[in-house]
Amino acid sequence: MSKPVYGRVGRFAKWLISAPPLVYLLIFFALPALIMMFAAFRFPGDYGGLLPLTEVDPETGKQTVLITLDTWRDYLTFENFGRFFEDAIYLELFIKSFWYAGLTTLICLILAYPLSWLIARSNKKTRDLLVLLVILPFWSNFLIRVYAWMIILGPQSYFSRMLNGFLGWFGIEPVSLLFSQFAVIIGLVYVHLPFMVLPLYANLEKHDMSLLDAAQDLGANAWQRFWKVTWPLSLPGVWAGVALVFIPALGMFAIPDLLGGTNSMMIGNLIKQQFLDSRDWPFGSVLSIMLTLSVLLLAAVAAWAGSRHKKKD
Amino acid sequence: MALLEIRDVVKRFGDFTAVNHVSLSVEAGEFFTLLGPSGCGKTTLLRMLAGFEQPDSGEIILDGVNVANVPPEKRPVHTVFQNYALFPHMTVAQNIAFPLKMAGVPQSEIAGRVDELLEDVRLQEFAKRYPHELSGGQRQRVAIARALVNRPKLLLLDEPLSALDAKLREQMQIELITLQKEVGITFVYVTHDQGEALALSHRIAVMSRGQVEQLDAPEHIYSYPKSRFVADFIGQCNLLDATVLDVGTDRMTVEIAGVGQCHVLPVAGAAAGQKGCLTLRPEKIKLGATLPADDSDEVHFKGKVHDCLYLGDVTIYIVELDNGMLVETMLPNSAPGRAKFFDDNDLVELAWRYDAGHFILG
Repeated sequence: MSKPVYGRVGRFAKWLISAPPLVYLLIFFALPALIMMFAAFRFPGDYGGLLPLTEVDPETGKQTVLITLDTWRDYLTFENFGRFFEDAIYLELFIKSFWYAGLTTLICLILAYPLSWLIARSNKKTRDLLVLLVILPFWSNFLIRVYAWMIILGPQSYFSRMLNGFLGWFGIEPVSLLFSQFAVIIGLVYVHLPFMVLPLYANLEKHDMSLLDAAQDLGANAWQRFWKVTWPLSLPGVWAGVALVFIPALGMFAIPDLLGGTNSMMIGNLIKQQFLDSRDWPFGSVLSIMLTLSVLLLAAVAAWAGSRHKKKD
Repeated sequence: MALLEIRDVVKRFGDFTAVNHVSLSVEAGEFFTLLGPSGCGKTTLLRMLAGFEQPDSGEIILDGVNVANVPPEKRPVHTVFQNYALFPHMTVAQNIAFPLKMAGVPQSEIAGRVDELLEDVRLQEFAKRYPHELSGGQRQRVAIARALVNRPKLLLLDEPLSALDAKLREQMQIELITLQKEVGITFVYVTHDQGEALALSHRIAVMSRGQVEQLDAPEHIYSYPKSRFVADFIGQCNLLDATVLDVGTDRMTVEIAGVGQCHVLPVAGAAAGQKGCLTLRPEKIKLGATLPADDSDEVHFKGKVHDCLYLGDVTIYIVELDNGMLVETMLPNSAPGRAKFFDDNDLVELAWRYDAGHFILG
């Protein structure tokens, strides 16, 4: 078969179109990631940052490279990784962050599924309006929305006073909603919910309704129609939503900062602390790398489990 | 007692009456067809049999039980949907096993029953394929197998062949007849294709505007249509407006407007002066350059060929009578040495026997 004459031009055009985002990602994503990976093996500087690898003579302005084949041991180290594994507190923090992100993802899924179903099944006009309402919060600033939650959950809010009044009837001591794990989860769910709704809606909207008729006709009750037909067909949407919620939630630091108490710190907070407060860039880099690796590991396990499941059928 | 009895069923959607006081019964083992143009109510009636719609009034008695308000999943009735509605995430075998699983058939029994059905529809080697890997005809067979596997009392088929091309459709028609004989399950078939209905059915209910116009065996529907609608809808038919002149014992005389008198078979309730129409199928009319006038049972008219439709095996001739009336007739293309008998503007003669057509009053 002869190749179409436009094949070469097409390939060139393809490169041309993808070049700008590619260059952008190389400079602002791949390169910083490499720099960070390198930083993880270096020593912290005396006043924060990194221990310099070069020295500038203040009088001559001449720059000398300090790191050589003989001295590299003074500049590169595995110590930062060692520190991560030596103290159980870091691993615990990782596990807690995974738990927060996982719980957030689960709650988002449970809340978003019926909502997405409802949106997908309503008529065109209502559907557009509901989708607009879902993305409406994006029109206001993220921090302002989290601050709003501080007010809602704060001890003086109507909500807190009503809740505590209600608990009082049963003789339960007043609870503080703000600065707790509860507040962090509420914040995480609130911020990420649209990222679960949108891919689920996009998936459910495409479902062929005659399949549900067929299932019912063949003897499936409402639960079986959901579990045997709708759910398995919506899995691509579910996975997309899970990824869009779980990964950002795992790295979140603003919400635990604002809504969380002393015991609801997440990895994001620790990384931020290392870079901005302690100014220990090497250890901050180690934490970032471990976070990325653990997410990749999780994705690999999920993909492996998925392929195994398929083979079993 | 009939397996299925529909008694005085009415279904309205707002102001529109989709099914208007329909009563009919279907015998066990029958291949029964609901035939009619779109909007005649046949699909609504089918959906009521499946349970997706509830009648506003009337009863649907299946095997002695009124199922009018029983939900679809609780009826021993399965449907072959127009678009097949196969589950895309399940293999052929899993699709066919679905109704068995829903009915709680023991796992040990399922595989055997699925294999049996796969064999019935000749899809054994496709058991592990997914629907998107199958051709249209194969998907059709999976849909039928899936609907049959749990041995429903009634199998509903909603225009199941309409998505297939003509050749495949004919092949599937033969398969459907064979399969129905084999499994012995009662089929209720919905179609707007009169050819399909005639070829497949034991009996046909021709529907129009929510009502049954005529319910009969295919050959009776075709040869003795009860109304202009049925005559016109089923096959090609000349409808010649006529007035009854005289009613005799074995034939009656009618005057075809502007053409002349002819004899027809008498119909019950006819009286002189009544208006009606003579239905004449094209293949029942004799056509020739000249025709011997030795049969007193025949009536003859002269005309010329107005148009020819050459179809290969036959040619349809539209003949214009002397007074300008157009009559459709057909001849097999059996002329030796020639493609067809006549060309446009050839002078011809038409003839038909008194019992060639069928008179409809009204």
